[in-house]
Amino acid sequence: MIRHLPLMFRNAIRNRRRSVLTICSVAASLCLLGVMMALYQAMFLSPPTKEQALRVITRNKISLTNPMPLSYRHKIAQIPGVRAVTVGQWFGGVYKDSKNFFARIAVEPEYFEQVYPEYKVVQGSMQDFRKERMACAIGKDLAKKFDLKLGDRMTLIGDIFPVNLDFTIRAIFDVPIDNESMYFSLQYLYDALPAAQRDQAGWFTMQADSPESVSRISQAVDDMFRNSPVQTRTESEKAFQVGFLSFFGDIKSFLASICAAVTFTILLVTANTMAMSVRERVREIGVLKTLGYTNGTILGIILGEAAVLSFIGGVIGCALAQGIAIQFHSMPAFIAEFKTLTILPPVAAALLAVAVLIGLTGSFVPAWNASRTGIIDALRYTG
Amino acid sequence: MKIPLSYNLRNLTVRKTTTIMTALGVALTVAVLLAILAMVDGLNHAFATSGDPLNVLVVRKSAQSETTSNFTRAQYGDVRFKPGIAKTPAGEPMVSLEVVNVITLSAPGNESGQNILLRGVAPIGLTLRQGLSVVEGRWFTPGRREVVVGRGLTGRYPDARIGGVLEFGRGKWTVVGIMAQGNSAINSEVWGDLNQMAADFDRSDVLSSALIRVIDEAAVQALINDLKNDQRLNVDAQTEKSYYAAQTAAAIPLRAVGTLVAIIMAVGSAFAAMNTMYAAVARRSREIGTLRVLGFSQGGILVSFFLESLLLSLIGGILGVLLVLPLNNIQTGIGSFTTFAEIAFRFRITPEIMAMGVGFGLIMGALGGIFPAASAARKQILTALREF
Repeated sequence: MIRHLPLMFRNAIRNRRRSVLTICSVAASLCLLGVMMALYQAMFLSPPTKEQALRVITRNKISLTNPMPLSYRHKIAQIPGVRAVTVGQWFGGVYKDSKNFFARIAVEPEYFEQVYPEYKVVQGSMQDFRKERMACAIGKDLAKKFDLKLGDRMTLIGDIFPVNLDFTIRAIFDVPIDNESMYFSLQYLYDALPAAQRDQAGWFTMQADSPESVSRISQAVDDMFRNSPVQTRTESEKAFQVGFLSFFGDIKSFLASICAAVTFTILLVTANTMAMSVRERVREIGVLKTLGYTNGTILGIILGEAAVLSFIGGVIGCALAQGIAIQFHSMPAFIAEFKTLTILPPVAAALLAVAVLIGLTGSFVPAWNASRTGIIDALRYTG
Repeated sequence: MKIPLSYNLRNLTVRKTTTIMTALGVALTVAVLLAILAMVDGLNHAFATSGDPLNVLVVRKSAQSETTSNFTRAQYGDVRFKPGIAKTPAGEPMVSLEVVNVITLSAPGNESGQNILLRGVAPIGLTLRQGLSVVEGRWFTPGRREVVVGRGLTGRYPDARIGGVLEFGRGKWTVVGIMAQGNSAINSEVWGDLNQMAADFDRSDVLSSALIRVIDEAAVQALINDLKNDQRLNVDAQTEKSYYAAQTAAAIPLRAVGTLVAIIMAVGSAFAAMNTMYAAVARRSREIGTLRVLGFSQGGILVSFFLESLLLSLIGGILGVLLVLPLNNIQTGIGSFTTFAEIAFRFRITPEIMAMGVGFGLIMGALGGIFPAASAARKQILTALREF
């Protein structure tokens, strides 16, 4: 078959306009398929980072919006394998305008050092953030979005919590997946709250001593509070994020149906192109046969031609998909992984494999029919 | 002179396979667009039909939703005596104090569960919602651990059925009924007794919101202003209608994704249609020459081939609409960031959406047909006749 490669290439480019149109059509569809696959990969299949693999999150079993007693913290800390526990609380509220949406989270001073070591401070320092009651730390992108500098004041109007809080920016951090959030002192929040609302925790984040202990710790935490008035649900950070995604609806089926529709469309396009292309050269096939080409060889040559076309379409599609993936980086960070969305080698490989496979499947029927045409009929064909 | 349309129709039927394959390509593209539009429309419809223009929702100042609001019994006591509030036959002001929370219900394939809005209401709360009724079973009994679930939840969450048991607050709650109010957001909620729920969540004094029935439309704005300007109360007020209308923002990401997907797919399909039409032009070279000899003008040829492409994509567009029709009325749900809970809705394929689908198909046909048609019209008579 290798020695027929030049023939396949020649055939593929003999009708340039058709080949270009086919490649464009396949490329557009595959680009979409690529973006969908990359999104799927980012959301459901991306492996946790080294820091993430150690993190375990506990929340109220009823839902994330229900708090847990702060006292759970000390009990959790005693579980073997838990290196550190820290508390987070979603503040919500409004900054200037209700349309300005970003995460505002009250944390303990050691939150970053203990469980989020990957947060790198680029301006100011964590020491300043820790020692000042009204300090806040914000992400790099948030600072840029609202033109905020170190030492600037920020005011949040509470909604879940009936208090308004003033802050001074003491640290600006850079961590690709979370550059649009704001963190401040939990104690500052508690002090401002009426007694009944104090000492409540939104979630506990733990650092395990090894990734292997994560599931054991999760089990141990939930068992510990099984008979308490407030029960918990504990899972790895990755599982927590995937669970959060289901909030947006059934994303898996949504992506899967689009992928199926796109794949089927490409199949139609290749089948159609190859059928047209074969119809044009039935006589030629007759000639090849008189020259001694077997049915099998002719089948192979036509299939190969389709594979070449869809492979080129696949390569272009991959490049286009990468172009679109990059556009996701500047979008609001609903899903952290989108900030670093890219067509990874496994996705690219899968995409090209799909391209070739579809090319072969789509062209099989026309190729099969052409290869089976009798010499006399083929030579007589006037199409 | 015009080339009759039947000429194009026959050409399409002669090359059945190619026609069907190209049309199917267009059809799939149209179907994907329509499926997403039907979701967006269903979601917007759910929000648009939620709420009553005569009901005013009161939340804590600057709270974006009932879920993030705090509203005390003391505030409730003050609000009740504002002017403009409708009265029950017994003379009670029609004001419903409510507590709202979010619980998770798990579903097959979603074990960690979806957020569902939970609402504790007093009997007066039921009278404030026009058209709300129990479609199966009965209402919860005040003082008992019973709940009623919205119709949009049944079938999707195994526990949301009569006899089902939900676990939240301080224990178990039994589902005793299924409620519905048109397509409104209430269909995605779980309701139970106000005091029972408030006690379970330690919110006996600080609840979530109040819903007020106003005497008539003229009194609505006055009451809203009165509430908002009352410094002591420190609340925000708006009609229930506008509260839900503001939540349609939940559909924006969906619409954006849908448009992106549809446009990229349309580009692919337009190229495929172009391919088919170029092949049609090439195959019919001699025919074109003959037509020209017979006296048909270049313009006539252009129009004819262009129409053929439109016809092809029209078939595709109609097929696409047919493909997506079975989705109509299927129940699904999506998370709303305003309430942090799910809103259940049905896919809605309206005549407008169908027309949009066919129109979208025609655009693909037009884009794919214009260049081949122009190339057909430009053919020289002699060369065209000589070509095979």
